[in-house]
Amino acid sequence: MIRVVLPAHLRLLAHVDGEVTLDLAGPVTQRAILDALEGRYPVLRGAIRDHATLRRRPFVRFFACAEDRSHDPPDAPLPDAVATGAEPFLVVGAMAGGC
Amino acid sequence: MSGVRALVGTKKGAFVLTSDGKRERWDVSGPYFAGWEIYHLKGSPADPNRLYASQSSGWFGQQIQRSDDGGKTWEPVGNKFVYDGVPGTHQWYDGTARPWEFKRVWHLEPSLKNPDAVYAGVEDASLFLTTDGGHTWNELAGLRKHGSGPRWQPGAGGMCLHTILLDPSEPGRIFIAISAAGAFRTDDAGGTWKPINRGLVSAQLPDPTAEVGHCVHRIAMHPSRPGVLFMQKHWDVMRSDDAGDSWREVSGNLPTDFGFVIDVHAHEPETIYVVPIKSDGEHFPLDGKLRVYRSRTGGNEWEALTKGLPQRDCYVNVLRDAMAVDALDPCGVYFGTTGGQVYASADAGDSWAPIVRDLPGVLSVEVQALP
Repeated sequence: MIRVVLPAHLRLLAHVDGEVTLDLAGPVTQRAILDALEGRYPVLRGAIRDHATLRRRPFVRFFACAEDRSHDPPDAPLPDAVATGAEPFLVVGAMAGGC
Repeated sequence: MSGVRALVGTKKGAFVLTSDGKRERWDVSGPYFAGWEIYHLKGSPADPNRLYASQSSGWFGQQIQRSDDGGKTWEPVGNKFVYDGVPGTHQWYDGTARPWEFKRVWHLEPSLKNPDAVYAGVEDASLFLTTDGGHTWNELAGLRKHGSGPRWQPGAGGMCLHTILLDPSEPGRIFIAISAAGAFRTDDAGGTWKPINRGLVSAQLPDPTAEVGHCVHRIAMHPSRPGVLFMQKHWDVMRSDDAGDSWREVSGNLPTDFGFVIDVHAHEPETIYVVPIKSDGEHFPLDGKLRVYRSRTGGNEWEALTKGLPQRDCYVNVLRDAMAVDALDPCGVYFGTTGGQVYASADAGDSWAPIVRDLPGVLSVEVQALP
């Protein structure tokens, strides 16, 4: 079981409280998690990754096991702790103040 | 008419304000979509309870929200805006060619007759259409693919398509405006487009009378006379009497002819409103006095409307989509400020009062007269 933590705006958009849990059949990668997440919550399509390129939006970050995984290749395996559900996969709105 | 509903988009959410026909007391609900930028909300002329909202965020991109109950509840619909084919390039600020890239929806214009059909004006400038209530969006690519497209350039706010006017007398005729490309018209429902900028003069351009490149801020039209258009350009207030084929300046005695908004009285096609702003470098009212100017002669002769508006120390701006009129009698006029006030006049501009005063910066105001 994979645990995913979404930022507040996306939890509100997807109507979820707390963590999202996902079951993945294959290797646990960013792409696999995001595909499953968007499959369950289609409203999140385009909010984390670009619709067409599937690249991470610039001000979205991916953290896991206290490390920034934002620049990892999307098909790189994530740590076992994420794959086993011991640690969550965090989707984070970048720390950018804006106005 | 039983009442009025004002739809207010702000930097941090949407608000719905309602009142009875007297328009003296207002109920404020919201924020909806708190924390998101709501560039625009608008109701369907064919079904006043069908509303659409453009919700966007620098972090999480674009959403389109739809309400079928007048704004009480909302559901996200389609947010996939993909340019048709190879996007091509436009000019960037430094003069280099830059590929078209979708950023956000600035303006939503529901069809006059079909609640499921809505036009969306987007940045980078293009026009999209949904015919299934917002679930899917398709580009009317003839506009972006107009031969002048590679010469378009962003204004300071981005290269946005911000104005969409639907001609009620000719279903295939649509007027749009882009900052900074200018105004365009289609007579075949979006298949082909023609720049309609003859008569515009922009000293900021190498060729001040160029076919495209003008920073048009807003265009307004009275539905009974769709061939007459009024424009607030970057500088200059303009008028066309031939559906945009030619324009003439009608700034007349305005104290400054820079500004963003322009609108037309609901029952008097020659009565128009602007809010003069000091300059492109100083986006606030002249002398700290917030004044609406009204012309009852279709331009050139303007009177200042000040009753109820702050006449000292006022340094807000009024953005291009932040003025609207209602169809009651007398006509109501509304505008929102970057300071979070929404001012309303229930007597066609003679007197004003804030109907809400401490919202986030206002991006857009639309008003519906309810049956």
